[in-house]
Amino acid sequence: MAMTVEELNKIKEKNKNLVLVRTLVREQGEKLAKETGYKKQVLVCGGTGCTSSGCKAVVKAFEDSIKKNGLEKEILLVKTGCFGLCALGPVVIVYPEGCFYSNATPEHVERIVKEHLMGGKIVKEYLYKETVKENNEIISLGETNFYKKQMRVALRNCGVIDPENIEEYIARDGYQALVKVLKTMKPDDVIKVISDSGLRGRGGGGFPTGKKWSFAKQEKNPVKYVCCNADEGDPGAFMDRSVLEGDPHSIIEAMAIAGYTIGAGQGYVYIRAEYPIAVKRLQIAIDQARAYGLLGENILGLGFNFDIEIRLGAGAFVCGEETALIASIEGKRGEPKPRPPFPAVQGLLGKPTVLNNVETYANIAQIILKGSEWFSSIGTEKSKGTKVFALGGKITNVGLVEIPMGTTLREIVEEIGGGIPNGKKFKAAQTGGPSGGCIPACHIDTPIDYDNLIELGSMMGSGGLIILDEDTCMVDIAKFYLDFTVEESCGKCTPCRIGTRRLNQLLEKIIEGKGEPEDLEKIEELSMHMKNTSLCALGQSAPNPVLSTMKYFKDEYVTHITDKKCPAGVCKALLSYEIEPSLCKGCTLCMRNCPVGAISGQVKEPHVIDKDKCIKCGLCQRNCKFNAIVKR
Amino acid sequence: MAKKTQDVFKGTIAQERKLKEVIAAHKEQPGGLMPVLQQAQEIYGYLPIEVQTMIAEGLGLSLSDVYGVATFYSQFSLSPKGENRISVCLGTACYVKGADKILAALEEKLGIKVGECTDDGIFSLDSTRCIGACGLAPVMMINDDVYGKLTVEQLDDILKKYKSSKKSGGDE
Repeated sequence: MAMTVEELNKIKEKNKNLVLVRTLVREQGEKLAKETGYKKQVLVCGGTGCTSSGCKAVVKAFEDSIKKNGLEKEILLVKTGCFGLCALGPVVIVYPEGCFYSNATPEHVERIVKEHLMGGKIVKEYLYKETVKENNEIISLGETNFYKKQMRVALRNCGVIDPENIEEYIARDGYQALVKVLKTMKPDDVIKVISDSGLRGRGGGGFPTGKKWSFAKQEKNPVKYVCCNADEGDPGAFMDRSVLEGDPHSIIEAMAIAGYTIGAGQGYVYIRAEYPIAVKRLQIAIDQARAYGLLGENILGLGFNFDIEIRLGAGAFVCGEETALIASIEGKRGEPKPRPPFPAVQGLLGKPTVLNNVETYANIAQIILKGSEWFSSIGTEKSKGTKVFALGGKITNVGLVEIPMGTTLREIVEEIGGGIPNGKKFKAAQTGGPSGGCIPACHIDTPIDYDNLIELGSMMGSGGLIILDEDTCMVDIAKFYLDFTVEESCGKCTPCRIGTRRLNQLLEKIIEGKGEPEDLEKIEELSMHMKNTSLCALGQSAPNPVLSTMKYFKDEYVTHITDKKCPAGVCKALLSYEIEPSLCKGCTLCMRNCPVGAISGQVKEPHVIDKDKCIKCGLCQRNCKFNAIVKR
Repeated sequence: MAKKTQDVFKGTIAQERKLKEVIAAHKEQPGGLMPVLQQAQEIYGYLPIEVQTMIAEGLGLSLSDVYGVATFYSQFSLSPKGENRISVCLGTACYVKGADKILAALEEKLGIKVGECTDDGIFSLDSTRCIGACGLAPVMMINDDVYGKLTVEQLDDILKKYKSSKKSGGDE
């Protein structure tokens, strides 16, 4: 049954204020809250990060407590998507105050309900410490360093709406872009807006989205497809997962717009099976969209048919490559094909196909509603809009951030990220995962955009941003990524299948302390051949982590080869543990703990490590109370 | 400890009936092989050659097509898994925070290598690709429960939960 545009607008009006309260703070929010009928709204993150930290128990505790105290009519409990600060989970925000409780537990809930929700007094000791200023003033999450420099376009609804309730998405202008497109725009108008906005593919390649759509539109084929790449395989990246968990309808709406533009009636979302929550929420969203007549036949009574089906991946990194992804949807081995023909001409089941990444789609509705000038006013000359990064590794605020293109790495690390923990020094940032490279400390002031990152020998990639500190060995990190690509090479073409393995062996030789000076030249030569002759981006970019670490940290490679030392103290074969006799008190703790009996000595006398027996597990060093054990 | 290499296929009639339903539901669908394999693995826990043969016959494909797809994707397993499946995330964020040490400690504690199953069939150990819980690195999953911010010292207590009560422990 198709809903009309009027009915859609009615739903929007009905829920508008309820959701708007969650974007305002203090006085404005409090005024509006009165009109909604709910005195307080409690938002609990239900993303993967917080679920792992135990948010289900927190939600249950709120439900029970609200029921027990008869507060169902006054207090609205909402389970949202990711707020971004995953390390602080489970996280809870209470509106209209906008105050942010971190590391919540069921025990905290009891007090929050009694004192805050019922008594009107915020429980300060449970708040995220950055939101309580020295003068005891409480600020909202949006005012913290973590959020201040962010700009939320793709993530605008994440942590704001209940992703399992289509009406909350509609309240945030949801499906209005689809209405605008179907009622007032021709396919060529849509392509012009998307092209003018300067939007480029967020999956890593950075290909202009408008151009991709126009290629598929030009094809004269009655059957075409729209696909969404949600096979987020880059280890350390979880942007797409968060969008699908927090705002699945934005992807459905954008795919429908793409379908109208190129003339397709069927869409497929190819999503990793490792993301059960995202899969579940997307399925709920698709079912709701169908029930409301926003997918299916004659959408909104405007004569357009479009539907979406989910296909699960099965754990193959190469399926992030577009031709491999298409092969996988077809039920085949996910092996890439030579291009051309590009999928826009001959894609899924041989038909013209548009394939975009999740984050790319998440921008579409906003561009349609706010216009191409608005979007292109954000960012740098050739990289428009914002980019979502999954900030991880050795950084204080691990989580999800969205920044305007052109923000410097320093701003991300020092301000948004809150710096490096334990007083360690920033060494490099790794972007682009196994296809990318690193940005060393000397380039920390580079504005981040597609072209600058390529120039530095890295790439934007899908958005994994791993911060490395001085304890990280760059040879070891390069080897880590090579291990990954060896495992994930699909084996179809020789340069990648054998090249990754040979490159890995060379690195292993260096890490084992058997490296020779000419190995570095061999690595460079082999890398060049792989880049030039591999079939797809996986093999072409596999040498990047090695080349970029060699470019900026060549001295580390040389130290491994000539001095047989690992400066960061990571590569086991190149380090040894010793007991400093002047510091050792002879407490026997290390001797008792050593799993291989490599430590000997008398009580109250300095102990000795037998280097032949030692397996370098480091247990003795971690447990020594006198810091008497040194790694050399 | 050696891994059990020769496992006799012990499928039940009920399992076979379920599989046939799945095959019938996807027979006409383009690209139906992947969903069928995924559901078959849910039914049987793994994809022995007997199951692959039934799928090939049911979908009208050659066994080599089915085998080719089943062996391509890391999610599909041709050998049985333990009652409790442990997978340690080796994504970048977890690796940087020492996931390799967690994995090594588990191998030692369970006496098996990655990809193997203990003799009593209680645990199997795998490494997995990023599960996207990077904020909590290092992370491992046992069945569907995620354990974050792990240290080697916590492992004994966690494993104990699963040893005592079969296929339980955790939130759900």
